Amino acid sequence: MTKKTAAIVGSGNIGTDLMFKIMRRSQNVEVKYMVGIDPASDGLARAARLGVTTSAEGVDWLLAQEEKPDFVFECTSAKAHAANAQKYKDAGIHAIDLTPAAVGPYVAPVVNLDSVEDVMNVNMITCAGQATTPIVAAVSSVVPVEYAEIVASIASKSAGPGTRANVDEFTETTAKALEVIGGAKTGKAIIIINPVEPPMLMRNTIYCMIPAEAAEPGEQQDGIRAAIAQAQEDIRGYVPGYGMTVEPQFDSAREDWGGFGRVGIWVQVSGAADYLPEYAGNLDIITAAATRTADLLAEKMDAALVTAGSTN
Amino acid sequence: MTAPMNTAFDIRLTDTTLRDGSHAMSHKFTERHVRDIVRALDDSRVEVIEVTHGDGLGGSSFNYGFSLTPELDLIKAAVDEVKQARIAVLMLPGLGTIHDLNQAHAAGASVARIATHCTEADISIQHFQHARNLGMETVGFLMLSHRSSPEELAKQARIMADAGCQCVYVVDSAGALILEDVSDRVSALVAELGDDAQVGFHGHQNMSFGVANSVYAVRAGAKQIDGTLVALGAGAGNSPTEVLAAAFDRLEVKTGVDVQGLMGAAEDVVKPIITRMPVMDRASIMQGYAGVYSSFLIHAERAAERYGLPAYRILEEVGKAGYVGGQEDMIVDVAVKLAAVN
Repeated sequence: MTKKTAAIVGSGNIGTDLMFKIMRRSQNVEVKYMVGIDPASDGLARAARLGVTTSAEGVDWLLAQEEKPDFVFECTSAKAHAANAQKYKDAGIHAIDLTPAAVGPYVAPVVNLDSVEDVMNVNMITCAGQATTPIVAAVSSVVPVEYAEIVASIASKSAGPGTRANVDEFTETTAKALEVIGGAKTGKAIIIINPVEPPMLMRNTIYCMIPAEAAEPGEQQDGIRAAIAQAQEDIRGYVPGYGMTVEPQFDSAREDWGGFGRVGIWVQVSGAADYLPEYAGNLDIITAAATRTADLLAEKMDAALVTAGSTN
Repeated sequence: MTAPMNTAFDIRLTDTTLRDGSHAMSHKFTERHVRDIVRALDDSRVEVIEVTHGDGLGGSSFNYGFSLTPELDLIKAAVDEVKQARIAVLMLPGLGTIHDLNQAHAAGASVARIATHCTEADISIQHFQHARNLGMETVGFLMLSHRSSPEELAKQARIMADAGCQCVYVVDSAGALILEDVSDRVSALVAELGDDAQVGFHGHQNMSFGVANSVYAVRAGAKQIDGTLVALGAGAGNSPTEVLAAAFDRLEVKTGVDVQGLMGAAEDVVKPIITRMPVMDRASIMQGYAGVYSSFLIHAERAAERYGLPAYRILEEVGKAGYVGGQEDMIVDVAVKLAAVN
């Protein structure tokens, strides 16, 4: 198919990494515009050098262009996206939101994109949400998950000012996604920022509270292992540096766990280093997920056109 | 603006038996325990008593251990029991949230102690602002202070003070600081903060310096000092409140507390209910020596048992990896890998 066009709004670290990711890894999407508000930004300069049409005049410039993009990737802030979302919709542009604004539904591309009805605006949750909800969903596909808890650790150097100014937003959004996408009855998310040098790779630990019998060797436990391994493979399809550091650990039911057992999964995310360094796996996984989401949506859009064409 | 303090005294002792001591109790304090301990501390004129899950508000979890009794119930019981003291709560941004803080405030807590790793103070800005808006007194905790130089620590203290923190603590979470390590850091904070905020010190006993370090802190200008009865706390325990009280009394540093009353509280109230006495053993000494977060101890002991390794070896590896407070999850990761090569 002809590649769909995209505009990246926000020329900071995330926007710039996303531009490289789309250029190098996307099957179906090409970057046509990069829009920022700072004419001196490194991201805009790099985009211009690579032949992307750039502007430091913000979203209004973009919407005034004759040729509108098929996609806009919002890499600004939750506040900015809340203000821009309706404008994109009115212009008929699909919005992929990398901020915590959550105007549209949460999407983890390997888990729930197919079940999202209104795809005009989708939200990429948080980096920890992308790294953990597919694993919880995998466990949920085998046994009920009473409670899921995740601990995300990121390198201090990869924690941007937006995350730092509002860690509550990060933990609350991620916890909610563990329920909505992961299928856990209750979710809890913890984020730790670690300044060790050299910077640590992003780590995620995922604990799922599971029925006592599922924590013991047997069919259910085997099913959980297989589902987790499959989820890991699916994610590796777009985040090659994603993987478990140790085998899933099953702990027998305990009284202080309400008689439930537990499975723990330890994951590391090494970034593809498209623009940001390898340790910034937390930024990589969200730009990679956004790219994959756009690729899948592009296929859906073309399939819809074919269907529409055949009935006419 | 510094914290309100009774000016008749030189320093203020804060007792955190019911927060840091929660680690040693595997977060199994009951409402009865809380009422008994709070009453004894209140009768001994301790002005601030901290009551929270060991890892702060919202700490009840797989990663840190579930609370036997919901912490809000314990906070309410403590508030109900006191006649003069004020109840403090701890929170770690990234774990606890403003929502948790609101609930603790509604339950009657009036001092918010907000803790970050010693290099990450800027993640606490929204929480200090919010706590002050609620009218709470504020204290900032720079955890694992041994990992920062005095100058770097002072810069982080400035971030907290500018956000509305009224007293910034040098927190020796690993019990790794020794004497001048403490006074150099406290002096740097006092010089930076001036009249903008007080300075405090929170010590651990992993290498036996809790009380001595507290004395050095006060001599360098610290105005708030933490302790726990019988040293009940993470790692080899905290600076014992009853020993701090006796030592400061002998040094003629006025604290306003009843020394005899605190000795009685330790001996007659806390000792009978605790399930393990804090001890300097191979694992906890290793925490001080390798600079490992004290709360990791019991988690490392549990992993040691499960994976057939000595706890001190796990802690040593955790120290090498540079993990910070809150990364209890990494203990199992380390243990499984160690067990594989053994």
